[in-house]
Amino acid sequence: MSDPICRDLSDILRRHHQDPTRLIQILHDVMAVEGWISKTTITELSRALGLPRGQVEGVVGFYSFFLPEPSGQFRVLFSDNITDEHQGSRALLRTLAEALEVEPGQVRADGRVKIGLTSCTGLCDQGPALLVKGRAIGRLTPERLSVIAGLIESNTPIEQWPPDLFHVESHFWRRDLLLSTPCDPGAAMRALEARGSAATMAELGRSDLRGRGGAGFNTAAKWTACAAAPGPERYIVCNADEGEPGTFKDRELLAHYAHQVIEGMTIAARLVSAQRGFLYLRAEYQFLIAPLLAAFAERRSQGLLGPNILGISGFDFDIELHLGAGAYVCGEESALLESLEGKRGIPRNRPPYPVTHGYLNKPTVLNNVETFLAAAQIALHGAEWFCAVGTPKSRGTKILSVAGDVERPGTYEFPFGTTIRAILDEAGAKGVQAVQVSGPAGMLLSASELDRKLAFEDVPSAGSVMAFDQSRDLLGVTQNFVRFFAHESCGFCTPCRVGTTLNRQRMDRIVSGHGTRHDVEDLESVARLMRASSHCGLGHFAANPVVDLLRKFRPKVDRRLASLEVLPSFDLDAALGPARELTGRDDAGAHLSEEGP
Amino acid sequence: MSGKKLRVATTSLAGCFGCHMSLLDIDERLIDLLELVEFDASPLTDKKHPGPCDLALIEGGLCNAENVHVLRELRKQCKILVAVGACAITGGLPAQRNNLDVRDCLRSVYLSGPGLAGGGLIPNDPELPLPLAQVHPLHDVVKVDYFLPGCPPSADAIWQFLTDLLAGRTPALGHGLIHYD
Repeated sequence: MSDPICRDLSDILRRHHQDPTRLIQILHDVMAVEGWISKTTITELSRALGLPRGQVEGVVGFYSFFLPEPSGQFRVLFSDNITDEHQGSRALLRTLAEALEVEPGQVRADGRVKIGLTSCTGLCDQGPALLVKGRAIGRLTPERLSVIAGLIESNTPIEQWPPDLFHVESHFWRRDLLLSTPCDPGAAMRALEARGSAATMAELGRSDLRGRGGAGFNTAAKWTACAAAPGPERYIVCNADEGEPGTFKDRELLAHYAHQVIEGMTIAARLVSAQRGFLYLRAEYQFLIAPLLAAFAERRSQGLLGPNILGISGFDFDIELHLGAGAYVCGEESALLESLEGKRGIPRNRPPYPVTHGYLNKPTVLNNVETFLAAAQIALHGAEWFCAVGTPKSRGTKILSVAGDVERPGTYEFPFGTTIRAILDEAGAKGVQAVQVSGPAGMLLSASELDRKLAFEDVPSAGSVMAFDQSRDLLGVTQNFVRFFAHESCGFCTPCRVGTTLNRQRMDRIVSGHGTRHDVEDLESVARLMRASSHCGLGHFAANPVVDLLRKFRPKVDRRLASLEVLPSFDLDAALGPARELTGRDDAGAHLSEEGP
Repeated sequence: MSGKKLRVATTSLAGCFGCHMSLLDIDERLIDLLELVEFDASPLTDKKHPGPCDLALIEGGLCNAENVHVLRELRKQCKILVAVGACAITGGLPAQRNNLDVRDCLRSVYLSGPGLAGGGLIPNDPELPLPLAQVHPLHDVVKVDYFLPGCPPSADAIWQFLTDLLAGRTPALGHGLIHYD
């Protein structure tokens, strides 16, 4: 195939006002038209946007969902979270590959289809799941896969596929303070106007609301710092790049509580005097684009978004939807900002923090979906209402995605201070061996730790709770997690880029029964090094699964070791094979034993 | 420090003796060193097989069967084994052949290279060690206790390393000793 330029490139560029900060959105449109991004298209984009060619190519290469070469008309990506794996995703992948007669990872000879793996797609409550042409399909079974295989084989355009394939289910199993108290569109903003901005900020301060994305920074302190930062332009950014494997509560919040989230963003805009906002949505959640755009439009028509909000002159604020492109690291706030500016998602040096130097280096409030939702409710109902539940250091409630070996996977809202055991009981977990809280970057709890409490001061969680019963191989769980981090390391700093790959190789060796005590020692020292010297949170936490496994389940690891001594890491005698073949030798000197002399 | 001298073996496997040259570069400190150590098997003594040693300094990676034998013998005889220099630690320059098939290397050297138009023979004398399919660093085959990086490590780095070890301190090279540009 020659190197064709994208057919609709001039239309696409016009639609995005030739704005280089919209490069990632432009590339999404190119992908939608062509299915890949050609070298000629990259050259033309760099010319039209006034960007160095290398920068455009760098962006294409950075994001998993941008493809620099043709990858089949139908690209099928199976979600590779551990919950998908436990639900049989690997066998299903082979089933589909056999049905379509294609080798996984290869484009079929006629260019029709390519099958591969992708990081968790956020359908863990209805897995195993996959993406086909970026569209999510859950509840995979051999029957559903044979339907999919038929549609691909008959080259049916994806728009004509049966809609029930793409149905995303919703499972709210427990609603507490935030999710059961009504908040009609505009109500919280009217409460803000009635109370006044200063008093509302004070109320938010008294609520002691902490960021729900995981770090737990005080929200009022963040907003106050942004309001105090010099300069006329400020931005509000909602982080909906929910990439932590096992987490899907933001998906549910945006599907069913979008107005409250947008209301929270608008309140932030009012309090810090921002006029533009972004909602950064992970590309895996394409099915949320239309409902979110509809919610924006509805609010504009109600005078709750756009110019002169609530009829107040000068209260102007609007929100753009920005789609990610399959990079976990963009959930880190400064990487997200880079991505929002149309660049590779490489985390920035901090400080300065986004509150003073955020989007386009302007003061920016960046919070998680759930934080904005909580802020809206606090503006409406007040700090006292919010502080009625929780612990002194973790006020209010936490919204959780519970998955894995539980009877009722789905979304749960619990007051902070609830024990992990109570959460698992409510979800119907039986015979728990271990539970991973807050995803691979979080912590692994053994069955003896289930009375610990969900709270910033004990077991913090960005949202995910994955239970593993007695039948699961915890080494396999850790192997899945370290493979995830090796794939998602952005490659910018050496401790993380090299460390994540070393961890993957060592875990592969141990799980396959070739590990030695030396490998375990290496895992420990690499983990220390990554924590101490990585550039961002991804690297700091990427060795957590290994560290927790070794600390809490060491006998399981030791039992799998081939030896306590160092063994050769490759087959020594086989390594002499090619030379034996050419020289025709087979004497004793032409062989090497596995054990030493 | 006790009166007993430390027994040290050194060898060069798939290396260039550059690390040994760097050891000699510690200059007059060699005299101080000889007060503290006694060389066992080493190119400096020409003794071929090591006896029990305290320390083995090994430069070069593993490119053939003999390298593996020598390394294993040293590992058996010494208490502390040190991978010295880039080749011992990563395979180094010899490992550049790792993206080629060793059969193609042998064929092009002995059968099809310039001047071999009349055909040649790939040496098959049992006295000669066979090359491994790929060049490996030492830690792929034995436990390595310390890695002394550099190509070669500077004389000062080697001196610092040895004096630390002799004094019973865990060797630590400061910034200046592992800074190469």
